Amino acid sequence: MMTKAATVAPPAGVIEGYRQQAPSVTRDGDVVTVDATGIYYQQLNDAIRDEVSGGAKRIVLNGVNGQRYVGCGLRVSGVKLEVNGCAGNDLAMFTDGAEIEVFGNAQDGVGNTMSSGRVVVHGDAGDVLGYGMRGGNVYVKGDVGYRVGIHMKAYEKNIPVLVCGGKARDFFGEYMAGGMLVLLGINTRDAAQRIAGGFLGAGMHGGVIYIRGTVESWQVGAEVGVTEADEDAMAELRPIIEDYAGAMGMDAAEILSQPFTRIVPMSHRPYAKLYASM
Amino acid sequence: MQQTFVQPEFRVKIDYDKCHKCGRCVQQCGWGVYDFNERPIPHDEKCRACHRCVTFCPAHCITIEKNTLAFRDNDNWSTDARKAVWKQSETGGVLLTSMGNPKPYERIFDKLVLDACQVTNPSIDPLREPMELRTYLGRKSDSVSAEPDGRGGYKLASSAGLERNVKLDVPIIFAPMSYGSVSLNVHRSLALAAQRCGILMNTGEGGLHEDLYPYQDNVIVQVASGRFGVSPEYLQRGAAIEIKIGQGAKPGIGGHLPGEKIDREVSATRMIPQGSDAISPAPHHDIYSIEDLRQLIYALKEASGYKPVGVKIAAVHNVAAIASGIVRAGADYIYLDGFRGGTGAAPAVIRDHIGIPVAIAVAAVDQRLRDEGIRNQASIIAAGSIRSSADAAKAIALGADVVAIGTASLLALGCHLCQSCHTGKCSWGITTQKPELTRRIDPEWGADRLTNLIHAWSHELQEILGALGVNAVESLRGSRERLRSIGLDEQTCRILGVKPAGL
Repeated sequence: MMTKAATVAPPAGVIEGYRQQAPSVTRDGDVVTVDATGIYYQQLNDAIRDEVSGGAKRIVLNGVNGQRYVGCGLRVSGVKLEVNGCAGNDLAMFTDGAEIEVFGNAQDGVGNTMSSGRVVVHGDAGDVLGYGMRGGNVYVKGDVGYRVGIHMKAYEKNIPVLVCGGKARDFFGEYMAGGMLVLLGINTRDAAQRIAGGFLGAGMHGGVIYIRGTVESWQVGAEVGVTEADEDAMAELRPIIEDYAGAMGMDAAEILSQPFTRIVPMSHRPYAKLYASM
Repeated sequence: MQQTFVQPEFRVKIDYDKCHKCGRCVQQCGWGVYDFNERPIPHDEKCRACHRCVTFCPAHCITIEKNTLAFRDNDNWSTDARKAVWKQSETGGVLLTSMGNPKPYERIFDKLVLDACQVTNPSIDPLREPMELRTYLGRKSDSVSAEPDGRGGYKLASSAGLERNVKLDVPIIFAPMSYGSVSLNVHRSLALAAQRCGILMNTGEGGLHEDLYPYQDNVIVQVASGRFGVSPEYLQRGAAIEIKIGQGAKPGIGGHLPGEKIDREVSATRMIPQGSDAISPAPHHDIYSIEDLRQLIYALKEASGYKPVGVKIAAVHNVAAIASGIVRAGADYIYLDGFRGGTGAAPAVIRDHIGIPVAIAVAAVDQRLRDEGIRNQASIIAAGSIRSSADAAKAIALGADVVAIGTASLLALGCHLCQSCHTGKCSWGITTQKPELTRRIDPEWGADRLTNLIHAWSHELQEILGALGVNAVESLRGSRERLRSIGLDEQTCRILGVKPAGL
């Protein structure tokens, strides 16, 4: 009689193709190196959290290849993660205080609902970058995808800053409620493309967007005012660009050598007159 | 000034012979109905029939009547339809309203009746015999095993996969209502009552005020598209986390808390600026698919140490398939909000015309998840106008694990369903941020009333279970054989899985 080999389904929610085991870790003082090659994100993040609570100050993650949620929900300051490889979705999601530097590209959702901290990506990043971010700095060297900087919001002293060195697709800064979004258009793979797509700042009701160069009127949402950045605006932008240039090894003066477009909402209450009370 | 065509809906009548001329009505009314010139002078057009003045008038001399102004009869053009056209031609605005859909759609719960034991099987007297209302919210394991307990009996070999479940003493929890849409004293009342009753309150999408931290084990923290108040600390404090996709009162549209309701405290709790509109986009912009939903569910689990994560959706046409996707995405519970569910503000056209009844949604989802063999993987919460313990029992018999009450809990705190939450002037101090109004609710008083309501419904549920001859609410879950319909069409009966009375 033939017996069928029992097929064991992976537990619900598990993404296949990774090994569910703790990564190998080498420690040198407060510097920790983790070999993330083929390790599932849960075990990888467990290891990161363990090392952080064990006092690690610098955690080097080697062989990262698409693992999600690196640094997700990490509430700690004075700790730096270095990601060698391609960071997966939701890098630095909900992060509060940690610093993450990616030597490679990052996928979607970097800095999603991030509270504070610093993320530097020496490559491109995907869609929904900085969604709902309310503090901290996210710097991307190259191009970014769709829906970047949606609903960023400032609150008391928490002012999120997102700088993209390349070009962006549609919905850049949609629903923006606070903070600063900067798009440089310099480090791009696609010279023929516009610096940004359509629906730029659509529904924006707070914060400010700076674009190096100009955008056309059809690209921007109905709720914003578009001007060339004046002296005061450049004074606000300059320290951010200097910080960004320092992180990326670029020349701040060269970045600032061209005029910027400044986009701000015309109202903090864009839909106040839309309704009639019953 | 342009004369409005929309005449007052109510007439405020004062018996001046009895009136003490004390001005209490002037002080109590949040709508500014009354002027005072030696005696109170009402302005009918501002009255919302909330009865705050009637309740607090020491002379009992105020009555509110319907304005009986006659319109030429027209079954097609109701007076409400005519008034809406006038209002919109005067303002050009989307008509904004509050609370649940009041239209005369079929009320399914009112066409279902429960069974009882007679002769052939004994009913149980819950006053003298054990009657279990406890249940667990969250994912249950696919199987359980038992081992000897060393005393000649058996016990479960493990925690039966319940370690990530939230224990509820009764299967009734408070529905999500955000701080901002309701006052902080309402949140305090709900949190206190939830702790006393061993149940849960839900932050809604307005963040968790630090005054509620002591009650965090009885709080579901919600994550909605605006991500208001969502920080890692917030996620780590809640007993469970809920992703809000939709709401029964306004499926498919976003939220919009007007800037004037965002004072310093609301701003601090939501982590947004004071005075700016708090706009929740219609979708989560990081969720465009079931796969994206799964990504957020597991992000929340990663950030919270693997707390239960539920997903709240509005009951819409294809709810069963959507629910199946949600369970497969890893949700620990699904919250189904029917089209009668309340809201702090919604366009009337959305509230009154979109969505399906929760009874139908629960039945369809429960059946689908059973058919697919995944019913154990998530609990079902039913909400959207659970008006009584009878509605709760019927929802549970149709397949819900737990029911959530929003409107009923606000009624306990004084709400009279005047459907004016969106004005921010609630005279009962519920849906307002004005300090002179919010202080009308003392959290201890509020918690007492809410606790009374939960206890009363719990006793009634026990009576119902006793009559049905079962001794645990979990024995009623999905037990549609204990329901019969009266006057529902055959197709609806089939969807509900309920036979007509007499069969």
